[in-house]
Amino acid sequence: MIDVRLQTEPFDAGVELGRLDRLGGGGVASFTGIVRGNDGLVELLLEHHSQMTLAMMQALAREAVERWALLGVTIIHRHGPLHPGEPIVFVATAARHRGAALDACASLIDRLKTQAPFWKRETFVDGRSQWVEARASDDAAAARWLRDER
Amino acid sequence: MDILYFAWVRERVGKDREQLDPPKEIKDVRALIAWLAARSAGHASALNDTSALRAAVDQQFVALDASIAGAREVAIFPPVTGG
Repeated sequence: MIDVRLQTEPFDAGVELGRLDRLGGGGVASFTGIVRGNDGLVELLLEHHSQMTLAMMQALAREAVERWALLGVTIIHRHGPLHPGEPIVFVATAARHRGAALDACASLIDRLKTQAPFWKRETFVDGRSQWVEARASDDAAAARWLRDER
Repeated sequence: MDILYFAWVRERVGKDREQLDPPKEIKDVRALIAWLAARSAGHASALNDTSALRAAVDQQFVALDASIAGAREVAIFPPVTGG
């Protein structure tokens, strides 16, 4: 099962996990990213490429299914204006054993950060607004999965 | 050719896309960016520092020395910040 969604509306992580639980594997791993309210942030705006973003998310999902022999993977990424405390991204993987589920989940969120075309703009309570800069640590985290042939 | 801009590149250029036919001597993304930078002050401020730019040709990420021969779409943007 591969389920990849790009949407503005919220999602229910519990419902999504339940669908993976029922695939008959021995383990389901997940990551939910939440908008942080640091430094007076009032809005996080996510811009994306209307076709390429979903295609990249689907390609990453297919690659993970193949590499870790997953029974299922769900990736949901929201776009548009989001607010502190709201879920922004969800990755969940189902596999026969925990190692594959955990590694695939960690790899997917690391690679989504560096390989899916999204750009974040922060707006703060005092009206300031800035584009989030990419971090070298994110590139390093994603690169780890290219080196590690487990 | 469709040229697409995202994030602060889009804001500085002042538009999210334009349809242009670059001259034949423009062979790779870096040359295309230099050609585009001459179009307006906004283009120049968005495109002059290529170290801050990334690109995709026909919706595949590429290095700036990648060929644009036959490309239908070239997207120019800052490094991505999703997740």
